[in-house]
Amino acid sequence: MRTLPFRTASAMRAEFAQAMVALFERRKDLVFITGDLGYMALEGVAEAFGERFINAGVAEQNAVSLAAGLARAGHLPWVYSAAVFTVLRPYEQIRNDVCLHELPVKLVGNGGGYAYGIMGATHHALEDVGAMRVLPNMRIYLPLVAADVARVVSTMADDPLPNYLRLGLAAKLPGTVPAFAPWRKLKPGRSRVVIGMGPVLQGLYELGDRALLDELEIWSVGTFPLADIPAELAASIQEKRAVISIEEHYRAGGLGEALSHSLLTSGVIPESLVCLHAAGYPSGRYGSQRWHLAESGLSGPPLASRLKELLRA
Amino acid sequence: MTEHAKAECVMLAERVLSVKMRFLAMYKRANAGHIGSSLSCAEILVFLKFAWMRDEDTFVLSKGHAAAALYSVLAEANLLTPCQIESYCEEATELPALPPFNVIEQIPFATGSLGHGLPVSAGMALGARFNGQDRRFFCVTSDGELDEGSVWEAALFINHHKLNQLVWIIDRNQIQAIGRTEDVLALEPLDAKLRAFGFHVITVDGHDFASLLAARDECAELWTLRAAPVVIIANTVKGNGISYMQDTVECHYLPMTHTQYEQALEELKRAHTAFSHGQRDAG
Repeated sequence: MRTLPFRTASAMRAEFAQAMVALFERRKDLVFITGDLGYMALEGVAEAFGERFINAGVAEQNAVSLAAGLARAGHLPWVYSAAVFTVLRPYEQIRNDVCLHELPVKLVGNGGGYAYGIMGATHHALEDVGAMRVLPNMRIYLPLVAADVARVVSTMADDPLPNYLRLGLAAKLPGTVPAFAPWRKLKPGRSRVVIGMGPVLQGLYELGDRALLDELEIWSVGTFPLADIPAELAASIQEKRAVISIEEHYRAGGLGEALSHSLLTSGVIPESLVCLHAAGYPSGRYGSQRWHLAESGLSGPPLASRLKELLRA
Repeated sequence: MTEHAKAECVMLAERVLSVKMRFLAMYKRANAGHIGSSLSCAEILVFLKFAWMRDEDTFVLSKGHAAAALYSVLAEANLLTPCQIESYCEEATELPALPPFNVIEQIPFATGSLGHGLPVSAGMALGARFNGQDRRFFCVTSDGELDEGSVWEAALFINHHKLNQLVWIIDRNQIQAIGRTEDVLALEPLDAKLRAFGFHVITVDGHDFASLLAARDECAELWTLRAAPVVIIANTVKGNGISYMQDTVECHYLPMTHTQYEQALEELKRAHTAFSHGQRDAG
């Protein structure tokens, strides 16, 4: 394969761009549509895709309907923008033209959660998963580490349903992370089951409190709708009785809500379920992704205190 | 006009009478509205189906509220059954008041929410280009629909990518849901706007087959030149042909009483007879 000018290595979008180029090597029905984003990220895709790479301009409604038309004509279109613009600006186009018609349009949102950091509230996507979850036929993919991205892209290409891919900064976790799956057990733990979606899980490993981490059995959710609760997880919940969910997303429509429904309807019922989620902008101030996560109690000392408090309970 | 064109107009006049009689019956049976919207685009739809589109071409009715006219045209072409037509707006029908998704092969997209038809048509046209297919795409929007920003996003895209195999037809009946377009959100000068976007603009009388035929011939010439994407502004009258409906906001909504239905049928037949006599006398 040619050497391509991928210049950002830490964000998932670099892996994503490489995965798209690799996918194009074996599938020529792909069309890549960007909403005028992807500077220093998509140059390699543009080069590889040629006329099948389209910058549709800052016009997300048209981009999504266009993709639906392309899918109707037998192509496999990918629509890329910032998560908030991919999901919310063209929401009715996603609902009507893509989801109702069950067309395999692949929506890609870069910067899920607070990933755009200091760019501020208009660039954050704290309700993208909830918005996509309620749409018919939609399947959501949530990679966790960089190595997940290629596998997810390949899975999405073979998935006949409309999909949404939430990208962000990849988590860097200690040890070996199992291959991407709807449910993954990341580590064993003594007394609590933690279930999270996406890179926010990294915050748990960065608390600098070994004893605290040892208490936590950690699972990662990779897809919505949630797959059936695996037997091993069900057994852990029955044994430990306490579940904590964590997500870089508002509570409404997010993982915690989905999980509570899933646990209740599958008869796996813990004594407690605590949902840690994005709080929005409680202080009215802005900062990096890390700063916002801490303000929401999703990383750093605020997360550590919250977990300790829960462990004492 | 050539003899062939005259014969084509006579054939189309027969077709459109049959199409209108059918959809008026559908509206009456269902006690449904949007009659004026169907009457304003009936000739356009009939013309596209019976005088312009080939088997490999695709039609999108972006103004989905005129679905009854579309269903009736498809029935006229034996692509919907009388049984399906009778079920229009009944419980458990395949034919709701606005076009359904993934049920009727000739309806590639469910429309009704305005501003979707043109961009999906652009996507299909681009897809056909990638496939190396000689297919054409015809999309009818309303004029009130032009308030939607997504229409103009698509207009930019169609011109930037020179999607010349897409023909956009605007049913310019001057009336939107609760008012006249120029009172609600003025569109004029519409032709100048569209020209500025890069379109080749053709203006026609949307109820006159001779005028539509001339537009078709102009397009054929443009396609040989690969000049520019085409938009046809079809000047029409909402509720056309029915005296009590014509050019009123009410005919966007109100179903027909029994007397109004009888009157509508009578006026359509009378106009058709006059047209036929005119053709015979001219011949």
